[in-house]
Amino acid sequence: MIVERPRDLRRKKILAHGFMILFLVLILFPFFSVISISFRMGNFTTGDLIPRDPTLEHWALALGFDWTRADGTVVEPPYPVMLWMWNSIKIGMIAALGVLGFATISAYAFSRIRIKGKAAMLDTLFLIQLFPTTLALVAIYAIFDALGEVSPFLGLDSHTALVIIYLAGVTMHIWTIKGYFDGIDTALDKAAAIDGATPWQTFRFIFLPLAVPIMAVVFVLAFIGFINDYPTASVLIRSESQMTLAVGSRLYLNEFRYLWGDFAAAALLSGLPITIVFLFAQRYLVRGLSDGAVKG
Amino acid sequence: MTIAADVPTGSPVPRWIFVGLVSLALLYGAFYLYTLEQALFGAVMLALACGFAIIYGPARYYGARFIFPGVAAVLTFIALPIAYTIYLGFTNYSSFNLLTYERSTEVLLARGAADPATEQPFAVAPEGDLFRIWLPQSGLLSDPVPLTGVATAALAPAEAPATLLETRDAIRLRDGLQALTLTTPEGLPIVNAGLRTFASVTPEFTPGPDGTLIRSADGAVLTPDPATGFYRDAAGVEVPPGWRVNIGWGNFERVFTNEGIRAPLLSVFLWTLFFATASVATTFALGLALAVILQWEHLRFKAVYRILLILPYAVPAFISILVFKGLFNQNFGEINLILDAIFGVRLSWFTDPTLAKVMILIVNTWLGYPYMMLLAMGFLQGVPEDHKKAAALEGASSSRVFFTITLPQILPPFMPLLIASFAFNFNNMVLILLLTMGGPDRQGTLVPAGQTDILASFTYRMAFDDSATQFGLAGAITLMIFVVVAVMSYLNLAAMRRAAARRGGR
Repeated sequence: MIVERPRDLRRKKILAHGFMILFLVLILFPFFSVISISFRMGNFTTGDLIPRDPTLEHWALALGFDWTRADGTVVEPPYPVMLWMWNSIKIGMIAALGVLGFATISAYAFSRIRIKGKAAMLDTLFLIQLFPTTLALVAIYAIFDALGEVSPFLGLDSHTALVIIYLAGVTMHIWTIKGYFDGIDTALDKAAAIDGATPWQTFRFIFLPLAVPIMAVVFVLAFIGFINDYPTASVLIRSESQMTLAVGSRLYLNEFRYLWGDFAAAALLSGLPITIVFLFAQRYLVRGLSDGAVKG
Repeated sequence: MTIAADVPTGSPVPRWIFVGLVSLALLYGAFYLYTLEQALFGAVMLALACGFAIIYGPARYYGARFIFPGVAAVLTFIALPIAYTIYLGFTNYSSFNLLTYERSTEVLLARGAADPATEQPFAVAPEGDLFRIWLPQSGLLSDPVPLTGVATAALAPAEAPATLLETRDAIRLRDGLQALTLTTPEGLPIVNAGLRTFASVTPEFTPGPDGTLIRSADGAVLTPDPATGFYRDAAGVEVPPGWRVNIGWGNFERVFTNEGIRAPLLSVFLWTLFFATASVATTFALGLALAVILQWEHLRFKAVYRILLILPYAVPAFISILVFKGLFNQNFGEINLILDAIFGVRLSWFTDPTLAKVMILIVNTWLGYPYMMLLAMGFLQGVPEDHKKAAALEGASSSRVFFTITLPQILPPFMPLLIASFAFNFNNMVLILLLTMGGPDRQGTLVPAGQTDILASFTYRMAFDDSATQFGLAGAITLMIFVVVAVMSYLNLAAMRRAAARRGGR
């Protein structure tokens, strides 16, 4: 470990790199094959890793264009992928902004304002968030079924319903931001109070500007979480035009209408932006997770 | 240090107007839900309205204004659904008992059979936006009706109208016609009996004394049974549709005594435990191993390896799971192609129970190892280098150093995260629903259950997937999952405290 013979070290290095490369080939195999499939002809045909007659058909369909094949037949896009993507992004953005607002304001109050029963409230929130929402889907379905009677705008199959239910996933983010606020020197808010600032003004002009970095992280995390949700969206959304990407993508691999090639292109197209955003955000995600665990 | 909440300055009038308007809107929603017989949700809405007015009205609850939106959202859309799910576990809510008592009775009373003996043809006479129904056989003409929803219209003797719609156009009005009840001058109701005819109806049931119903066909008396939520005749035969009633521990009794439910539930539970444990074990072992290699000081290209290794974590899970579904496809999947080319075998990943389980674990390891790897890399940095050096100087092999020095030091802080990962996989519905939908199915069960179903997907399918939905039973099983989740949460909390204490003590 400290003193190693050069020959041993060399052998070890070759072993380590060899293992890594072999492992990566195995792990990244799905990516290679999906890229290859997305350029391959047809939805069933199987072939080489590098397609023999590459075609842009699946990509055109995924982007929502009709495609004219060599024999003159025109293929229409099977599903509105771009619409689903827009739905996902719209719902994710609105819900993430809402969560960010709720979480930041609540975190500030939990961190700095004297409220009766605050400790008990925090404990209760912590306990409640341990129960996954996905287990209460029956009740969520019933609630939005009833709300739909008041206004279809709030009911099943509406994006508002999804946004509302996502807003409830605010607890984890309250904890993250509260941890950040707890680390801010109290001299700052004391000084503000002496200058006559109300708690709201202290929040608006001192804490909010300071919280921008953590808010960016929370926004991205919340957004990705909402984009990835399948169970809740699949229960609340039924019609094809209202679907999010996560619900809609499933239709491609239906037993009776198996569109493997079209799916590959659509998956790459929609997965790429989210993947890139995530690669940027993952540092903070992991830091937050291990910090939270140790802090208790 | 907290600061006292001061009363804000400035004119309160705009705020009062705003608070008043929002409270009124919420109150209206509450009232509307009450009129729809959604008393529970109405009450929740009412509570929200009151809470909103109290918190944002008087100045004394200034501090609470900051947390009201978040807390209200959590209480309404997480705590309430959980409580409601538990409540449903004690009811017989299902596709057979879907309605309220009043609605079931209405449905039964509205049921009628057209009497074929009285069938007579009809024609539709347009009149502006409205329509009249003309019955040529009896020479009766109805009052004008819009034919857009449920309606009744009186018939009166009249001359044949000048213009009549073609049959084709009349058929287009079918929905409106089917919702129409005509009343003859004698007061008899007649309804649309077929595409071209109207006929008088005899109701299947008529109200009897004490809330009973009398069946017109045989005069049998049906009594409502509040224990089962059905009307029954003297022989005890139930007449659907039923209504929702509280059945106490009935669902739990069924779960524990009915072999058609207990057997699949037990095997689903065991598989869930195994799946969650195995997933944590494989992802942890693989992630830790990779982290150790990446941490090695002599390794080059660390950054490249690292970013490639976490790619599976970065891709949205629903996409990668579906990609695997396609790759593992038995007929057209790439994996079977390769296996066929090399070993000459094609494995039935989706129909063989064992292979389906192996596939699920492979996919879940692929999905989960980067997370463990990232965590392990963080914790490995916390292990003091001199401990390892000391051990190495004493002549310990690198594997010995790892198992006696490194592992014991990173395991305690890792524990809460491993438990959290277990809890996550225990309810990892997305993976099961998207990859196998629980399949292959188990044989001879009363409720749909698959070999790869975990408890969460099992209840999801019970409630949403099949035609015979069983919300009540699903609620009961969910309550059992809640108990398991609560135990795990407690363990998690305890492990976290222990980790924190250890850190503090050192």
